[in-house]
Amino acid sequence: MARLQLHNLEKTYGNGFRAVHGINLDIEEGEFMVFVGPSGCAKSTTLRMIAGLEEISGGEVRIGDRIVNDLQPGKRHIAMVFQNYALYPHMKVRSNLSFGLRLAGVPKAERAKAVDEVARILEIEPLLDRLPKQLSGGQAQRVALGRALIKKPEVFLFDEPLSNLDAKLRASMRVRITDLHRRLKAEGKASTVVYVTHDQTEAMTMGDRICVMQSGHIMQVATPKVLYDQPANLFVASFIGSPEMNLIDGSLNGNTFTTATQQVELPPHLLGRLSSYPKKAVLGIRPQHLRLATTGLTATLKNVEFMGHEVYLYANLDGTDVVCVASTAEFDAMDRSADHLTLQPDPAHMHIFDRESGANVSLPQGAA
Amino acid sequence: MTQMTDTTLDLARQHANARIRKARINAAIRYVVLGIVGLVMLYPLIWLVGASFKTNSEIFANPGFLPQNPTADGYIEGWKTSTPYTFGTFFLNSFKIIVPKVIGTVISCTFVAYGFARFDFPFKKILFGSVIAILLLPNVVTRIPQYILFRDLGWLDSFLPLWVPSALAGDAFFVFMLVQFLRAIPGDMEEAARVDGANSWQTLVFIVVPMLAPALISVALFQFMWTMNDFLGPLIYISSVDKYPVSLALKLSIDTTEAFAWNRILAMSVLTITPALAVFFAAQKYFIEGISAGGIKG
Repeated sequence: MARLQLHNLEKTYGNGFRAVHGINLDIEEGEFMVFVGPSGCAKSTTLRMIAGLEEISGGEVRIGDRIVNDLQPGKRHIAMVFQNYALYPHMKVRSNLSFGLRLAGVPKAERAKAVDEVARILEIEPLLDRLPKQLSGGQAQRVALGRALIKKPEVFLFDEPLSNLDAKLRASMRVRITDLHRRLKAEGKASTVVYVTHDQTEAMTMGDRICVMQSGHIMQVATPKVLYDQPANLFVASFIGSPEMNLIDGSLNGNTFTTATQQVELPPHLLGRLSSYPKKAVLGIRPQHLRLATTGLTATLKNVEFMGHEVYLYANLDGTDVVCVASTAEFDAMDRSADHLTLQPDPAHMHIFDRESGANVSLPQGAA
Repeated sequence: MTQMTDTTLDLARQHANARIRKARINAAIRYVVLGIVGLVMLYPLIWLVGASFKTNSEIFANPGFLPQNPTADGYIEGWKTSTPYTFGTFFLNSFKIIVPKVIGTVISCTFVAYGFARFDFPFKKILFGSVIAILLLPNVVTRIPQYILFRDLGWLDSFLPLWVPSALAGDAFFVFMLVQFLRAIPGDMEEAARVDGANSWQTLVFIVVPMLAPALISVALFQFMWTMNDFLGPLIYISSVDKYPVSLALKLSIDTTEAFAWNRILAMSVLTITPALAVFFAAQKYFIEGISAGGIKG
């Protein structure tokens, strides 16, 4: 178990492309940290730099109290699970699991014991004498997990480990991994985990904290709840949450937010929180916090998606597309003949962003 | 109603039978045609084997391949040769070239291909370009400079010029073939091995070589067959009869005898091609995997 620190970490490729722009991150001992972001945001590159598979152009990576920049991957006390499993195709599962220990010169009897223990934890005992090509996707992923687990590393690195699995298996593996981490943590044996994914469900459900990245920058590092309730900027606001947060352009005038033709009165607690008073502002409100009402903002209804327990109403509000999540009951009670919706934003969940800088200027005092 | 159903069933059954019959006829035709074409291609070989058991006079008198009075005379006399050495010596000579050449090629080409496919180093592009350039260069062009080089090294009339260049990854074709094969293998397994604590050599030995095995078997087979069949190389560099490999020894029996004993020549030809055929059939499965797997993603 060890703390993992990234200090001004940079990556510049030979052709001059700067992939990672000096990021700083402190991951606590035994913490489950998820890197999330769209494709090309350098989350995998960062992970590979931690692993030692990618050269570090600047800054440092510290595992425990060692700077590991110039250490070979094998000497960093890490283990990694790859997206496409990367099992050694010519070795049986048993040898796949024990390969690292064999290289480390661990005696045969001890290796066998370690293999049995890991196989028991991951329920892959019946698979030990199979070749990787005889395994299903989920089984192969469990073996890959076992290969990482057996080394008892200080830091676990996961590079989109579930993205090759089907939805159902992904959900069960997700639970299995977090469960395992929790169990090992309770036994005092947990490793620090860095988990890369582009799937926000995985990020929200698995991470102790989440690091949202975009184009080689960290946008926000916070717990899932803070990330959802207090997004630091427009990028995080639109990236986290499904359907996306509604972002309505307008301006601030006194205590009202004005869109092209309509006005919303801002609650005093929100106004009191404003750290600056942007000229071009964006009102952020999650679809779940936009209620159907008799007074409020008027929007033109464009499309309705029935999801079973709730209904997504797609509408256009002064040129901005917005989504409102209504319960089936509310939807049933709605006047279906009108092509207009009247929407009332929940005052407790409004955000004001600065259009120019993208920053959330309405965060509570002391929030990240 | 039942009657109608029965009729429908009968009709369906008839159709199914007709389809099966048709498929069988098609298959029969295909196999007959394939058989004939195969026979045409194999006939020279079959004739060669048959003729090697004929007497010298029968070879020209009897166009069929089955000998009327089978005799092993060709083999017995042919083995003795017209020189003080038996054909066994020549086989041994051949293997003295082939064994180090094949082993050397497989090892050296693996190293070079691994380097080109997986590492970045200065002038890599130029160096790989020159490998490809060598591939395109006709062999004949380099014969004379090579001859002079080996003469100056004092290697003439020895086996060294025949295997040393190849054992030092001198065959650009094999390097190229392995590089292409390696490029088709995703690098993740090697990265996993590095995370597991393997250095470059361990990664090569424990991970890359096993995955390359089909390609390496192809390389070994090609090199074996080409070396066994090589005539020009030994002809240029080897002058003493006691060092002749089989390819030169076959020619020997044509040169020195006034009236050619064709049955002996044919008998020895059969023996000459046997090792290559045996090795090919033994490793056929891997060989085909090796030359076809390059394009398939594992």
